[in-house]
Amino acid sequence: MSSVGLLLILFLYVSILFYIAHWAEKKRHSKWTNNPYIYSLSLAVYCTAWTYYGSIGVAADSGLSYLTIYLGPIIIIPTWMIILKRIIRISRVNKISSIADFISLRYGNSRFLGALVTLICVFGILPYISLQLKSISDTFYIVTKTQYSSNIFSDTTTYVCIALALFASYYGTKYVDASEKRSGIVTAVAMESILKLVFFLIIGIYVTYFVFDGFGDIYTKAAVLKDFDKKNTIGDLTNGINWLFLCILSTFAIFLLPRQFHTAIVENNKETHIRTAIWLFPLYLLLFNLFVFPIAWGGNILFEGQGLNSDTYSLLIPQHFNNNVLTVIVFLGGFSAAISMIIVSSIALATMLSNNLLIPYGFIGALQNKSSEKNRKRIVNSRKIGIFSLIILAYAIYRIFILDYSLVSIGLVSFVLIAQLAPAFFGALFWKRGSKKGAVTGIILGFSISLYTLLIPYAIGVTKSTSTFIKNGPWGIELLKPFHLFGLDYLEPITHAFFWSLFVNTISFLAISVSFKGNYRERNYAEMFVDIDKYITNHENAFVWKGTAYISDIQKVLQRFLGEERTKRALGIFNLKYNIDKNIATADPRFIKFAENLLTGHIGTASAKILISSVAKEDKISLPEVLRILEESKENIIINKKLTDTSNELKKISEQLKNANQELINKDIQKDEFLDTVTHELRTPITAIRAATEILHDDDDDIPKEVRKQFLKSIISESDRLNRLIDKILDLEKFETGKQKLYLSKNDITKTIVNTLDSVKQLIINQNITVEFIKTEIKVFYDEERIIQVIHNLLSNAIKFCSKTDGKITISIIDKKDVIKVSIHNNGAGIKADDFEPIFDKFYQSRDQNVKKPIGSGLGLAICKQIIEHHKGKIWVESTPQKGATFIFTLPNYNTTENE
Amino acid sequence: MNKILIVDDEPNIVMSLEYTFKKNNFEVFIARDGQEALDILNNQLPDVIILDVMMPMVDGFATLEQIKKDERLQHCKVIFLSAKNKEKDIEKGLSLGANLYVVKPFSLKKLVEQVQNLIQ
Repeated sequence: MSSVGLLLILFLYVSILFYIAHWAEKKRHSKWTNNPYIYSLSLAVYCTAWTYYGSIGVAADSGLSYLTIYLGPIIIIPTWMIILKRIIRISRVNKISSIADFISLRYGNSRFLGALVTLICVFGILPYISLQLKSISDTFYIVTKTQYSSNIFSDTTTYVCIALALFASYYGTKYVDASEKRSGIVTAVAMESILKLVFFLIIGIYVTYFVFDGFGDIYTKAAVLKDFDKKNTIGDLTNGINWLFLCILSTFAIFLLPRQFHTAIVENNKETHIRTAIWLFPLYLLLFNLFVFPIAWGGNILFEGQGLNSDTYSLLIPQHFNNNVLTVIVFLGGFSAAISMIIVSSIALATMLSNNLLIPYGFIGALQNKSSEKNRKRIVNSRKIGIFSLIILAYAIYRIFILDYSLVSIGLVSFVLIAQLAPAFFGALFWKRGSKKGAVTGIILGFSISLYTLLIPYAIGVTKSTSTFIKNGPWGIELLKPFHLFGLDYLEPITHAFFWSLFVNTISFLAISVSFKGNYRERNYAEMFVDIDKYITNHENAFVWKGTAYISDIQKVLQRFLGEERTKRALGIFNLKYNIDKNIATADPRFIKFAENLLTGHIGTASAKILISSVAKEDKISLPEVLRILEESKENIIINKKLTDTSNELKKISEQLKNANQELINKDIQKDEFLDTVTHELRTPITAIRAATEILHDDDDDIPKEVRKQFLKSIISESDRLNRLIDKILDLEKFETGKQKLYLSKNDITKTIVNTLDSVKQLIINQNITVEFIKTEIKVFYDEERIIQVIHNLLSNAIKFCSKTDGKITISIIDKKDVIKVSIHNNGAGIKADDFEPIFDKFYQSRDQNVKKPIGSGLGLAICKQIIEHHKGKIWVESTPQKGATFIFTLPNYNTTENE
Repeated sequence: MNKILIVDDEPNIVMSLEYTFKKNNFEVFIARDGQEALDILNNQLPDVIILDVMMPMVDGFATLEQIKKDERLQHCKVIFLSAKNKEKDIEKGLSLGANLYVVKPFSLKKLVEQVQNLIQ
């Protein structure tokens, strides 16, 4: 394939990536870009060209040890549910945008520590980026069958590299706030993760099933090769220890690599996305490793004894069979793996460089008194230049130093350097005593040791057997031999360096942290980091600060970076969140922390602190005081919770009180209405009596005898009515207040009805009513006098409402074993269903009572109801309009449970 | 001869009123609820109407509202006669346009005087 052709394909490919990034940036809130799958796939930035090509090299040359790089992460990933979630929360509330921010903030927002972490990362990652560039150019030469050119300007890979640097610096600095999400980049990276996996699977299937006859075929053929057994067993204890250390190393890497921190934490949109990542990401790693072994040994079989670079087997095999399409596809997969690593790493590094090194050390002066627009431009430009120069620098390193080394060895050197952050990092999460002094000492010592045991020997050149430094140690001191420090001679160089550096690092971190207490700020952040779950909703509360500061001063600082509009909006949110009066002039600790957070994304934690403290006069606080304030704020949180609980309870009680009160008010209204009606009912007969008496009194002589008699009669009947009314009111009152006693005795209900019928005989005869009564002898317990009252009332009603022409009343008694049921039916106009229940209310008069006001108190049925209910019976009415009405009551039949 | 319409559902009260107003030279009409009163008013134009408030079907207040709608009856004097003696009831009766609100029990003599004052 010609260089121009391949460049064209590359150009097309990168354009598509550009387009995806551009599109995703526009749709940053849509579910296409903001979902757990994009997040999980973007984590696969872990699989670089080293995985894509290097694993095959390792598998081909030294067997299974390539697996360790993936086993570590797979083993540790389930703990993400707790650890990663915690890191994400801490980073979110503190606006952390890099691992340097994370570590330096925890140890008292230390500018020095942030810079140190940044330097470690740059040292560790730059060669790693070089390695990616190396893989791109190595494979480029293979695909185009061209040669490495010593003139960098005639070498095409130089231009590829420049294009990459431009792309990364353009898309990586979209936002001045480094803690903002970059959906475009993340989506493009996720896309590349899919492509590199698919392309790798394609070549894997091609080699296994088309070149060979499946896994079995490769195994059989490979088994006869030299050293096959030796390369494919773990071997002795030494090898086992190597394995163990490499696993631990990769476990650290998955947390600490700047690009992993960036994709997993800074770019995390939702905590719940972790749930998908913890199964999808390990699955991805497993799939990626499925065909490493067949390709590696397939290559070993095909190219036995030709001395080819085993890293590039996946390209050489299709090329060997003249399959150009497949060769290009494999190349593109590797290219994807390389550039996603380069882009994400350079963004992360550039952010660290600007926020943790450049701005806090010097650049900050230049940002002091400029407009927000200028400041933002300066920051963004510094990052753009940072990204661009990092990639170019990496290219330079590649050209100068690492032409000789395999992909894996350089990658592992990076891992060891980054692993120096592990004690400080994990200490930040779990150990409140960890101090800045401990962290700094640990990192510096660890780094120095790895420098001595790895970087220096590698820079001198491992392969140069003439170097006495490696062979005999400096000045011939055997104990200081860089690969066999203090006589430890059975570990491989990488694990040896890893062991010593991390051992010294951890011990000094622990020892110094325990011996020298940190300052109050460290203690404060320790609390906020380790107990993040407690402070997640109002972390500003946990910030301890004492001094004097004015909101207007801080506001001015904020405006320089955020602009007037955003500053105003942010302040509004803050005041709302903590219910603070906007007219208060002095800033409280919460506001100090809030302002620092706003600036952190733009200029990093250390610079944010410097800027805020330039306008806020802070008083020193002693350590015990910090602890006391923290304790108080903890208590406050607990008290707040209790208060909320109590206030909820109070709310409930007051609700109940309100209901009870409403009920009382209703009862009061009912009582008033009742009294109203009673007085009205009492006044009516009195009025009639008074009028008749007045006539008789005034016109004593003129009145004819007949008329006079009529008036006297009305006086008598109205007096009786008055009396009845009073009796009934008293009756009802007795029942309602429970003062009425029942005198139960065994009676024959038929007899009782017959007796009652007797008392209304005259009325029945007068109105020409027929009465049908089916008699049955049933004896039950009841208060006869009261039941007579009920039956009398019901009969009177029946007579009153009977059909006027041919009235008929039907009485029946039904024995229902546990109750007896008495019903009294009349063939009158009937009652509407709406009245079935209220008819038993006191003084109830139907809205459309179709009859003249009956002569009655309006209390009869109410009293009946009381009597029956006191007998533990029920009373109700049934009716179909025009077919009459039936009043029914039941009385419990105690007979069934009693022997006579 | 002046005409008077008595509307009440209490027969004994009606009896006394009828006797008294007849004796005082009124032509008396009797209705036992609001609907009956309105029926009578279709054919008769009394000078005075005595209205009970609490009656079945159409009560006194509703009856007066109907009367006030009828232009022929604008000259009618209306007197409420009710056992409801609360301030708000009296106010309501008068606001509907009644000329008087007499509370039960009442003095017949005084009522006759009031009626006569009204129609002079």
